[in-house]
Amino acid sequence: MSETTLQAAAPTRFDTAPTARRKRRLSPARIGVYAFLFSAALYFLLPLYVMIITSFKSMDEIRSGNVFTLPLFATTAPWQDAWHKVSGGFWNSVAITVPSTIVPILLGAINGYALSFWKPRGANLLFGILLAGAFIPIQVMIYPLVWMMARAGVFGSLPAIVLVHVIFGMPIMTLLFRNYYASVPHELFQAARIDGGGFWRIFLQVMLPMSLPIIVVAAIMQVTGVWNDYILGLVFAGRDNAPMTVQLNNVINTTTGTRLYNVNMAATILTAAVPLAIYFISGRWFVRGIAAGAVKG
Amino acid sequence: MSNVHLRKLCITRGSNQIIRDLDLQVEPGEFLVLLGPSGCGKSTLLHSIAGLIDLADGAIEIGGRDMSYADPSERGIGMVFQSYALYPTMTVEKNMSFGLRISGAPKAEIQRRVRRAAEMLQLESLLDRKPAQLSGGQRQRVAIGRALVREAGVYLFDEPLSNLDAKLRAELRRELKLLHAALGSTMIYVTHDQAEAMTLATRIVVMQGGRIQQIGTPAEVYERPANRFVAGFLGSPSMNFVEGQLDAGRRLTAGVLSLDLPPDCAAPPGAVTLAVRPEDIHLHDDGPLQTTVTLVEPMGNHQVVWLDCGGHNLSAIVHDARILAPGQAVRFAIDAARISLFDQDGSRL
Repeated sequence: MSETTLQAAAPTRFDTAPTARRKRRLSPARIGVYAFLFSAALYFLLPLYVMIITSFKSMDEIRSGNVFTLPLFATTAPWQDAWHKVSGGFWNSVAITVPSTIVPILLGAINGYALSFWKPRGANLLFGILLAGAFIPIQVMIYPLVWMMARAGVFGSLPAIVLVHVIFGMPIMTLLFRNYYASVPHELFQAARIDGGGFWRIFLQVMLPMSLPIIVVAAIMQVTGVWNDYILGLVFAGRDNAPMTVQLNNVINTTTGTRLYNVNMAATILTAAVPLAIYFISGRWFVRGIAAGAVKG
Repeated sequence: MSNVHLRKLCITRGSNQIIRDLDLQVEPGEFLVLLGPSGCGKSTLLHSIAGLIDLADGAIEIGGRDMSYADPSERGIGMVFQSYALYPTMTVEKNMSFGLRISGAPKAEIQRRVRRAAEMLQLESLLDRKPAQLSGGQRQRVAIGRALVREAGVYLFDEPLSNLDAKLRAELRRELKLLHAALGSTMIYVTHDQAEAMTLATRIVVMQGGRIQQIGTPAEVYERPANRFVAGFLGSPSMNFVEGQLDAGRRLTAGVLSLDLPPDCAAPPGAVTLAVRPEDIHLHDDGPLQTTVTLVEPMGNHQVVWLDCGGHNLSAIVHDARILAPGQAVRFAIDAARISLFDQDGSRL
């Protein structure tokens, strides 16, 4: 909305005042802004550029050449090697991420729905406690969780790591859905009550179908968070289920032999590819969903 | 159609007592309008009848059965909300049939009822649309249709026309009146719009501060307001109030006004408030009272003329097209048979 009005307003102003336009372009402040933006972009993109070109070079070329020059003889061998080393971790990450996304979203939606509409006794207190969970650093809770899981006999397994992600994902998921449902008119819920809907029917048939924008936002946040996680995967997943980030670390920090910079770069890009792809594909959805949750009404 | 009986109803929210010891009897087939300013408790009362708000004390009887603690869906009611409250992901047809599908009604019965309601509200061509594809008036029709398919004993309306523009509001108001005539169902209708109350109601309940101020037909409430609040709330421009003195000879003196009351007036002598409707102040050349015009508001089919009355203004309605200007001297008369008198506490004398 605001975008279109801005675009509509801008040309008319420039059309009526061409001198203002020229002035605007040449003003030192403007040059300063662009200079800052370019240097900031360069600062972030330069490492990526080095990563990409290095991943296509052979080790001989890396040793002899400059870090910034393009590869003379581009090769995909480092990529094949890298995929071979981290593909196991890729599938582990998929196995961890899928349930660790679906379950927290569902639970968060149910929590948010119950807190917003059914207002159980002490709802605000419960919500406050849940939110406090979002502010406690996870490192504090690792040891007690390890101890509890070891006692329960599930430590170092797929269910263990999924459970940990569910626990740590819950506060923020609940917050997202609670705020989204707070913007839904309460009369809608009352109408469904008069129509005879119970807790689950109103949730599944009325509220959940309306929640697509916030589900997309929640899914993006959760997939990215779980995929990029290192420490929980390292501690709880066990050797057989180690996620891609942990395997990447093993590849890069290997102490034997020469450092294969090209393979390391390729493996790193591969690991980062999934969250990157999600951002590029769904960035538009992401912004839309955040806005829908925040200002709908 | 069912009757609704509220007995000693108390509703609290937090530590606030919103409604206390309220009694109300709604007859079968009645169109009862709950009228009052915002915050007077009328919506709260309606929600408690629907079962959407818990009672602190008292009882609600619908159709002769105690429904004080029954689930909203079991009370035999249909409800229409101000914000329409349509399910945004369902088509019009699914919106209307949602309740019946939950209750597990047979398909043929669902179809019959939806078709009947759609026919009554001219919604047949819209059945496959989503609410977002409808105009405001159509949405509210769908919301009414959703209540109708329940074939309930009592229909509850919570300011259903407030979100519509003036033209649509008048149109839908007429449709609601026709609907009530056709169905003969009991309807309880909450509004703060006195035009809706006057045109639709068989009886009006005027509320303020969680209490019922007056119950009566629109004519009774308008012509014989029970207290000063009701007198001031109904009518536009609102009733003129003038403080005055009544003597033993039934002669009322109020500022520059003096007026002989009819012999059937039983008010005791003393300090009173005179209340006159603008349409009961008649401007004509042989009127007994004289004053000057301070403001004229032309309304097309009538004019509102404001008259100087010793420091404050009286409004009068003039139905002809005579030309009046501020500063002009005019003579007028007050129809003594149609005035109201209130005592110092604001109760009718």
